[in-house]
Amino acid sequence: MSEVEGRGGKVLVTVGTTLFDALVREASSQPCRQVLADFGYSSLVIQRGKGSFIPVESDGKDGGLKVTSFDFEPNLSDHIASSALVISHAGSGSIFETLRAKRPLVVVVNDLLMDNHQCELAEELAARKHLVYASSPATLIETLKNMELPSLVPYPPSNPLAVVSALNQYLGFVDT
Amino acid sequence: MDTNSVWGSWGLVVASIVTLLVVRAVWVLQITGRALPAQSGVKRRPLRTLIVLGSGGHTAEMMSLVRVMDLKRYAPRHYIAGATDNMSLPRAERVEAELLKSAQFSDQDTKAADEWLQRSQYSKIYRSREVGQSYVTSVFTTLWAFAHSVVQVLRIQPDVILCNGPGTCLPICVAGFLLKLVGWRWVVVVYVESIARVKKLSLTGLLLYKLRLADQFFVQWKDLKTKYPQANYVGRLM
Repeated sequence: MSEVEGRGGKVLVTVGTTLFDALVREASSQPCRQVLADFGYSSLVIQRGKGSFIPVESDGKDGGLKVTSFDFEPNLSDHIASSALVISHAGSGSIFETLRAKRPLVVVVNDLLMDNHQCELAEELAARKHLVYASSPATLIETLKNMELPSLVPYPPSNPLAVVSALNQYLGFVDT
Repeated sequence: MDTNSVWGSWGLVVASIVTLLVVRAVWVLQITGRALPAQSGVKRRPLRTLIVLGSGGHTAEMMSLVRVMDLKRYAPRHYIAGATDNMSLPRAERVEAELLKSAQFSDQDTKAADEWLQRSQYSKIYRSREVGQSYVTSVFTTLWAFAHSVVQVLRIQPDVILCNGPGTCLPICVAGFLLKLVGWRWVVVVYVESIARVKKLSLTGLLLYKLRLADQFFVQWKDLKTKYPQANYVGRLM
């Protein structure tokens, strides 16, 4: 999977199981394709979720970005693993899957959602430099232009065992 | 006997029951959160565990916890998800099958493995409110969902309820509390706030915390522990 190394690989856009046409539209727009092509990425794969907007595909033979899209696929984790950059909605599932696959991640918040508590998580992880944060699809292109991927910090491994140990102790399980 | 004295004695009975329940409730709330006495792993029987799942990341977090649990201690496991959630239970089944494959069975391997699979159960529960449902009708659906939760909890008879924030877990936890209240059995309620909650608890988490319905309350960010000192912070699930 040499295409994963550095620029030149695939960019994956994912909205998970949500409806987020604004992101699909912005990510597939001509200016965005141009920015990604300028960075040296070769293809753009868009997972559209529940949305109805279908981006114009391109085979890349015109020298631009190759663009394809689909609504859902069971093996999204394979797509993530083979991507050089992931642009995702702010759902915790997509965020952690990408961070664990150690792929550079740009999270775009759906600013049309009410009570969008998920931007809390994306903001916190952005403050810790685990991902790049865009507060709405309208700021995606600007965010991409200004992002500094080398400054991103790998996400530290989680520790569910600590919770289980605390629980065992509380429930009176003693290791023999 | 005239009508007045009949009503009078009924009144006395009702008043005594209410008083008893109030005293019992205060006592139960006092005991809630007190650790169970330590017993060696061999001595303590396995704890029947009710695990509440939910879409939007809840199931992923819960299964990351289940993956590292000692599954011979927390058994049998009973998974519950909302009626319209078609992803969570199959996912739990997949993880259970995976764990079964990697589990060590020393003797009578097939029998033990069969038992393992049969003992994990999966069921659905009516939800209080679907996204977009009107608030007027949600009063009735909430009552219905609550009744269903009580029935499920009575049927499953859990020792431990494990949940992390989908709306479905609130009526389950209340049902668990009711079991304690009437002295049916002691149900330990364990709540792990979702990692998506960084600065504020979810409504479910806040209610469980304020009403002290959870015996063990975990958060996944230090900031939350500062704001809610009764909570535990030991690490992240994700």
